[in-house]
Amino acid sequence: MSTHSLHTPPDTDLGAPESTHGHGSRRAYRIGVALSILLTVVPFWLVMSKALPNPTVMAAIIFALALIQITVHVVSFLHLDTRSEGGWTLLAFLFTAVIVVLTIGGSVWVMYHLNANMMPMPDAAMVPMH
Amino acid sequence: MTDRAHNIRETDIRWHPTEREEYDHGGGATVLGFWIYLMSDALIFASLFAMFGVVSTSYAGGPGPRQLFDLPLVALNTALLLASSITFGQAIPHMEAGRVGPTRTWLAVTGLLGAAFVGIEFYEFAHLVQEGAGPQRSAFLSAFFTLVGTHGAHVTVGLIWIATMLIQLRQHGLTGEMKRRIICLSMFWHFLDIIWIGVFNFVYLFGVIR
Repeated sequence: MSTHSLHTPPDTDLGAPESTHGHGSRRAYRIGVALSILLTVVPFWLVMSKALPNPTVMAAIIFALALIQITVHVVSFLHLDTRSEGGWTLLAFLFTAVIVVLTIGGSVWVMYHLNANMMPMPDAAMVPMH
Repeated sequence: MTDRAHNIRETDIRWHPTEREEYDHGGGATVLGFWIYLMSDALIFASLFAMFGVVSTSYAGGPGPRQLFDLPLVALNTALLLASSITFGQAIPHMEAGRVGPTRTWLAVTGLLGAAFVGIEFYEFAHLVQEGAGPQRSAFLSAFFTLVGTHGAHVTVGLIWIATMLIQLRQHGLTGEMKRRIICLSMFWHFLDIIWIGVFNFVYLFGVIR
C-alpha cells in the first residue's frame, strides 16, 4: 500500500495530458448523454407507433438520425477532436469512415443493380434448401 | 543475486518518476494504437454490415424481419447498452481523481448492464433457433446471426476485460498502467455502443419498416 501512495502523485500529474484525451469536458459528455437518449428513443418511437405511413420517408429519417447519433457518440464519448494525438485520431477516423461508406454503400449499390438486371429465376430454382 | 535485488529496490524508489514519464508517452502511443485497432475493427463490422445489406431481403421463402423481430425486446437491449455506456462515463472522473472504490462500483454496474445485454441476446438467438429461424434458414438469417453475433462476442470480451479490471483494481489500485487500461476499455465499450447504433437502426428498425 505504501508503494502505491508513493507512486500516485506522479501518476495524477502526468495523467493530465491523457485525461484531456480521455474525458476533457464533462459538459460535452452530459450533452452527449442527453442527445444519445433522445436519438435512441425517437427512431424506436417512430417505428413502434407507426407515426409515419410512408416507409421511405421513415427510412430516410431513421438513417439521418443514426448518422447524427454516431457523430454525437464519436465526439462526446470517444472524444474525437482535431487536436488529440496531433490530429492522427481524426485522420484515422476519416480514412475509416471513407472505407466504411465505400464498402457498405458500394456493395449494396452494386449488388442491388446486379439483382435488378439479372434474368428472373424460374420458381423451381427458388425453392428453399434445407 | 543480492546485487539485482539492490538494483530493483533502487529503481523502485529513486528512478520511478522518470520511468513514469516514459510510461506516459507509452500511454499516449497506446491510446493512439488502440484507436487504430478500433478503426480496423470498424472495418470488420463494415464488411458484415455490407454483407447484411446485400442479402437483407433474401429470405429463401423463410420468415422475414417483421415476423421475427421483437422490437420491445430490442428497445430494452438498446437501453441496457446505452445505459452501460453512460455508467462507464460515470467511472472516469472517479478514476482520474484516483478514487478506487467508486471506480470499481461504476465498472461493476457497467459490467452488470453489459451482462444483461448479452443474456437477452442469447435468449433472442435461442428463441429464433427454436422457431426454426436459425442461421442456416436463409441468407438473411445467416448475415443477421453473423453481424449481431460478432457484436455480442465483442461485448462478451468487454465483460471479461471489465472483470479483469475489477480484480486488478483491487490488487494494484489506480496506477498509471491501470488508468491506461481503463481508458482503452472505455474506448472499446463506447465503440461497441456505436456499432449497436448501426445494428438497431439498420438491422432491426429498417427490417421492420421495409
